Amino acid sequence: MASTERRTLRLFRGTRERGELKEYQVAAGEGMVVLDAVHAIQAEQAPDLAVRWNCKAGKCGSCSAEINGKPRLMCMTRMSDYAPDETITVTPMKAFPVIKDLVTDVSWNYEVNKRIPAFQPRKPDAPDGTWRMYQYEVERPQEFRKCIECFLCQDVCHVLRTHEKHDAFMGPAMLVRAAVYEMHPLDEADRRDHLRHEGGIGYCNITKCCTDVCPESITITDNAIIPLKERVVDVNYDPLAALWRKLTR
Amino acid sequence: MPPQDIRTHDYDVVVIGAGGAGLRAAIEASAHKAKVALVCKSLLGKAHTVMAEGGVAAALANVMSEDNWRVHFRDTMRGGKMHNNWRMAQIHAQEAPDRVNELEAWGALFDRTPDGRINQRPFGGHTYSRLAHVGDRTGLEMIRVLQDKGVHSGIDVHMECTITRLFVVGGRIAGALGYFRETGRFVLFKTGAIVLATGGIGKAWQITSNSWEYTGDGHALAYEAGAELIDMEFVQFHPTGMVWPPSVRGILVTEGVRGEGGVLKNSKGERFMFRYMPDMFKGDFAETEAESDAWVKGERKKNRRPPELLTRDVVARAITKEIAEGRGSPHGGIYLDIASKQNPDYIKKKLPSMYHQFKELARVDITKDPMEIGPTTHYVMGGVKVDADTQESTVAGLYAAGEVGGGMHGANRLGGNSLSDLLVFGRRAGQYAASKRNAPGVIPDHDVENAIREVLQPFERDGENPFAVQSALQAVMQRNAGIIRDKSGLETALTELEKLKARARTVGVTGSREYNPGWHTAIDLHSLLIVAEATARAALERTESRGGHTRSDYPESTEQQAREQIVIKKEGDRMVVRREAQPPIPADLMTLIKEGK
Repeated sequence: MASTERRTLRLFRGTRERGELKEYQVAAGEGMVVLDAVHAIQAEQAPDLAVRWNCKAGKCGSCSAEINGKPRLMCMTRMSDYAPDETITVTPMKAFPVIKDLVTDVSWNYEVNKRIPAFQPRKPDAPDGTWRMYQYEVERPQEFRKCIECFLCQDVCHVLRTHEKHDAFMGPAMLVRAAVYEMHPLDEADRRDHLRHEGGIGYCNITKCCTDVCPESITITDNAIIPLKERVVDVNYDPLAALWRKLTR
Repeated sequence: MPPQDIRTHDYDVVVIGAGGAGLRAAIEASAHKAKVALVCKSLLGKAHTVMAEGGVAAALANVMSEDNWRVHFRDTMRGGKMHNNWRMAQIHAQEAPDRVNELEAWGALFDRTPDGRINQRPFGGHTYSRLAHVGDRTGLEMIRVLQDKGVHSGIDVHMECTITRLFVVGGRIAGALGYFRETGRFVLFKTGAIVLATGGIGKAWQITSNSWEYTGDGHALAYEAGAELIDMEFVQFHPTGMVWPPSVRGILVTEGVRGEGGVLKNSKGERFMFRYMPDMFKGDFAETEAESDAWVKGERKKNRRPPELLTRDVVARAITKEIAEGRGSPHGGIYLDIASKQNPDYIKKKLPSMYHQFKELARVDITKDPMEIGPTTHYVMGGVKVDADTQESTVAGLYAAGEVGGGMHGANRLGGNSLSDLLVFGRRAGQYAASKRNAPGVIPDHDVENAIREVLQPFERDGENPFAVQSALQAVMQRNAGIIRDKSGLETALTELEKLKARARTVGVTGSREYNPGWHTAIDLHSLLIVAEATARAALERTESRGGHTRSDYPESTEQQAREQIVIKKEGDRMVVRREAQPPIPADLMTLIKEGK
């Protein structure tokens, strides 16, 4: 049953300063995913091959890379998704600096996250200090909490990937992070100013590439970013308020 | 070693490990005005807690008002086969509800009851619906909430940093040495209080739900520092791991599938769990399929739980027996079927990541077809011996919380009791580490230099590939210290481990110190060998079967060993094993435990 075939992989080997694609052959069994192939290479041919991973089940978001140019989780990409004679090329995420081989420096995301204003709940609803929320209310932010912080959406976002606006734009992943609390039924903090200025939400021109690559199928653009944009616009560019200002000038 | 190569930090409290227990400890220590470092082997938020699926156990009594801490305590003690540290089980049951509500105050979004409170689902071994949950990704929710709380608490996080040595000066903790994966550079933390929150040891087996991190680092660090380990023979093999295709073997399938009505069947289509009811639980579970189905449909007052919700040790043994007797599935598992019990929409809503996992990795649609599953190494009940109230180990200033701590779960852990354990005892460890803090003693330079030299040795050798030794170790443990054990297998394991120790001393690595997994694996081998040996020695010493420890040559439980603990300690270069009687369970708690019978 477990048919084994030879597969060819090309992996980026190197650092920030210099690197190259190196070719490896592996025996691929049934159901094998790209991360398995990378591990087989590491265990048998290149013990110093750097790769991040943890859960191997699409739950931790550690093994992000670009497979034949597409941002993907290595643990959720089956070898059989590619034609048997096709070479599978694995490179590190392009939007972040390479540390070594397939490992990139994603620390920027953690810095951005730190600056998102913290959750501030309303006063408890019950005398015992607990709250009441309904399932339909929690479902909206729950979608964003599915985020496994793989940063593939950051990787594909042209504002970060092509234009390298890391200093001006927080990126889709961190907008999703802010959306959890912005749409949290209990939250009372106001993040609109942060999103507009430091977060640079205006840079997003809703091409929806982030939604396409999300391994958790979070509807990033439509459900998180656009509603956040509307909130920011409402406070800053409300047309009725503008008209009122004109009339009362 | 040139001193400029090493970075030095001073902290009041250093927490090692950033899963739920570590984060909770760091938050609490910080709240007690301590200067806190949180050190983690992976990136922040990737720890094993994200893999926890089913829920967090707490007697909130939101779904079934009959629930309270006493019932939770009783379930925990009975699930642990009366071997638990009773005081820990009591504290845990009493404090878990507050810890869960606290998470909500910090932003957690648990699933809701119709009246807007935190919803709770049934789970193996719990009398009432008790697990607060978020679909089947409860751990992810918890770690994100703790992560966000943590980063706003002024904690310094040192990511991708592995600790290789603890320093004890004058009988007290004085610091820890580690290296950063990225650069391979060393770091010395000077501190009077260390909280170990490093999780488990599952990477010592072939078939495991655990990630590369789970090499027993905390257990080994504590052991090397002179602390005592207890209960190392009690390893939990989760009944339901994936078995096919080969590359996903061992990946966890949440107990939530059974909590939501999933049933276990053998190749003859028989629901075999009805045949495996232990005496201790007779009368607590459904005896017919009709009764079980009615319970799943929500008629819970007059019907009893399905036998699939027996404790994990019982279910895993039953599955192993069915397979051994030739009633397994084509790939050596048995069937877990929810498709015939719940409708597709419900399954996708309640078990979204299971649906996704099977669809993507096994090409199985769990809303239509059964899953093939089998036991997988999941959790170690044993760990560092700690004081129940403070979580301090037998070494002053060294604390342990979560999976690396021992005692709370006895011989078998109930599902859902791990997430609550790490909140309750993470908080306590952080609190006591911060409030009892002491200025650390001065670590002699040569101790640091020796520790560094030891870690760098593999670079100086043209030796064996460390991955080969790791995989040989996993094979030894899988074969000889798995679900069913006996004297000759365990003795073989110990002999083989001696050979592996020799091999580990000769492994070599190539390349630079920067992000070099071969080197990291060579270092991890040290911990793996300690925990593997501790497990095998303790398993050999316990001449009975109890909970997660099953001896085919001693199939019965003995009353006399119920409250006896196997203690492991380093003396000189030797691993010494001894038996110790646990303090008796107070009469009032004993009455509570017996009440349900």
